Amino acid sequence: MKFKVNGHEVFASTGGRPFDKKKPLIIFVHGSGLTHMTWVLQTRYFAFHGYNSLAVDLPGHGLSSGESLKSIEEMADWVSDVIDAVGHKEASLVGHSQGCLVTVECTSRYPDKIKTLSLMGGAGAIPMNPELLSLAENNDPKAVDLMMDWAHGPAGHFGGHPVPGLYHINTGTMLAKSRTIQNTLGVDFRACDNYKNGFDAAKKIKCPTLSILATDDKMCPVKEGKKLASLIDGSQVDIIDNCGHMMLLEEADRVLTVLKKFITTNYPPLSS
Amino acid sequence: MSDKKKELKPNTYKFDTLSLHAGYQPHKNAGSRQVPIYQTTSYLFDDVDHAAALFNLERGGHIYSRISNPTVGVLEERVASLEGGTAALATSSGMSAIFLTVMTLCEAGDHLVVSSQLYGGTVNLFRLTLPKFGIKCTFVKPRDTEGFKKAIQKNTKGIFGELVGNPGNEIMNMPEISKIAHEAGIPLMVDATYQTPYLCKPFEHGADIVIHSLTKWMAGHGSSMAGILVEGGKFDWMQNDKFPTMTKPYEGYHGLSFAEEFGPTAFTMKARAEGMRDFGPCLSPQNAWNVLQGIETLSVRMKKHCSNAEEMVKYLSNHESVAWVSHPSVPDHPDHELAKKLLPNGRGSMIAFGIKGGKDAGVAFINNVKLASHLANVGDTRTLVIHPASGTHSQMDEATLKFAGLSHDMIRLSVGIEDIDDIKNDFEIGFRAARKPRLVSNQ
Repeated sequence: MKFKVNGHEVFASTGGRPFDKKKPLIIFVHGSGLTHMTWVLQTRYFAFHGYNSLAVDLPGHGLSSGESLKSIEEMADWVSDVIDAVGHKEASLVGHSQGCLVTVECTSRYPDKIKTLSLMGGAGAIPMNPELLSLAENNDPKAVDLMMDWAHGPAGHFGGHPVPGLYHINTGTMLAKSRTIQNTLGVDFRACDNYKNGFDAAKKIKCPTLSILATDDKMCPVKEGKKLASLIDGSQVDIIDNCGHMMLLEEADRVLTVLKKFITTNYPPLSS
Repeated sequence: MSDKKKELKPNTYKFDTLSLHAGYQPHKNAGSRQVPIYQTTSYLFDDVDHAAALFNLERGGHIYSRISNPTVGVLEERVASLEGGTAALATSSGMSAIFLTVMTLCEAGDHLVVSSQLYGGTVNLFRLTLPKFGIKCTFVKPRDTEGFKKAIQKNTKGIFGELVGNPGNEIMNMPEISKIAHEAGIPLMVDATYQTPYLCKPFEHGADIVIHSLTKWMAGHGSSMAGILVEGGKFDWMQNDKFPTMTKPYEGYHGLSFAEEFGPTAFTMKARAEGMRDFGPCLSPQNAWNVLQGIETLSVRMKKHCSNAEEMVKYLSNHESVAWVSHPSVPDHPDHELAKKLLPNGRGSMIAFGIKGGKDAGVAFINNVKLASHLANVGDTRTLVIHPASGTHSQMDEATLKFAGLSHDMIRLSVGIEDIDDIKNDFEIGFRAARKPRLVSNQ
């Protein structure tokens, strides 16, 4: 569906169901340079099981208009604005990678609005390799190739997509190249590199929190995810073996199973 | 030690490695080093919720082998990886892959612009069968780039052609024709069976959907029928209102918009969810496995196919019984320069040549070669020959034959990987017979 936030049109996938204000809201926030499509193997399930699923395209990404936001703090405020814009007072947040920085910051800033927080491949800080950052800011497609290499574990490199016939790395590459690299990935990488408040923000979080981490994650290694989780009271941690940073696709079923249990327990759906 | 900083390089697997490994992880299959053949029709559901989620595309997985199968899935991922595509869907034959592509793209009342130089079966599909579904086609000669532009109508939904035409070896100017297609907001669909991704990756030259008859060089051994469609993932289905079945809520899946939900894999998802469900041209797991065996040696075989073909071009070009030779490696071939650009790893192993003495000589040649096999296939490891006017294209009338660029003296040769001297010696027997067709044609 499309709606406006701060004067700009926003696209969010609703998982194939009409938006229904009576249902509790889950907002999915994608990673650097990517789009709502990374969440397709989670959003449709929740959309058909009593929730409003909103997999947003951040401004300037995917099908959303406007320019990319330049800081994690701006993105965190923007997520809060999305909740207002769709007429809700609260939401459950799910973030991946950069989306974890955004949702952690948002939850710390708006504790009354955010009911649960789910982090996938998260860390308190995501400092960028300077060469990778430079490539992305200079619109070099090699930045995407490097990101796809590092972001995928064995399933991504060899194959074995949960959806028959789909090939991980090439699909991710197309998503990351769907808009101008320097305006999406370049801006996002710089925002991640500049963001220093993750650990302090985590300490302020009081809502139920889940971290899903993967043993072969080179972008946000398990130890960084655990460090972040240790700062959040009562945070649950689930670690997936033989999986990379793109766990929401590489091990989509496992992620959905864990996420489903966590969200339905802590933020129940509207019963039919 | 050098102080020079090491340049960052992606370590994704290269072509030869992907040919052997892509799409498969042994540790998820009982450690089986070889891809298992999942000879089953259907798959257990964990519970009712799991079943409903699979049917509703809420999660990935297998339901019924008409829709997907784990062995076939390995093949699909492997070909997608080799082509540089986002997704692939394997079918029971190359023809069913073309049909499924068209039926995923078009509805009754739509129109396609199609190259005139195609395999005879494909010509009949576009000329005679698709009109029965309300889909009309305009044929354009593959070298008439401007003709493709002129043929586009308001209801045109795509351009289709063979990268190298069958049997005349005309090369489709993909970079130019894809620009025409994209300016019109429609996709370019290319049958790249003759080349395989070892010789050409059409997505790098503007194609949006690539189709293969895997029966040919990809499988390579003449044992199994199979086809595949591969999606490039770049085409924006939402750029205009030409593709409502891709972009609007689809009743068959609770209002799903394939383009919104699946983006760079939307076409394949629709082809599988709708096309395999409704038409059902599924590939058997045994045949998928056979094709996988062939793909493991694809680059090794293609090198030998191409080197043998170039030797045969030289041999035929200098032969007293040969009137003309068509192969993109020949300097006076009209597409020689384009071939260098599009086919840098080799120009393929399909040769067309004209035999002096016309139809009778052609028949005598075919009837007398011993090593080369006279049959209706191409891309076998073995050398194959056919006389198109009396074989693959025999269902065409005289006018259609002429429009398809076929002549009665044409022999189509698919060069195998035998010892090159043995192929030449066999051809000498055929040529001797061709010079005296009346004396030997009935032997």
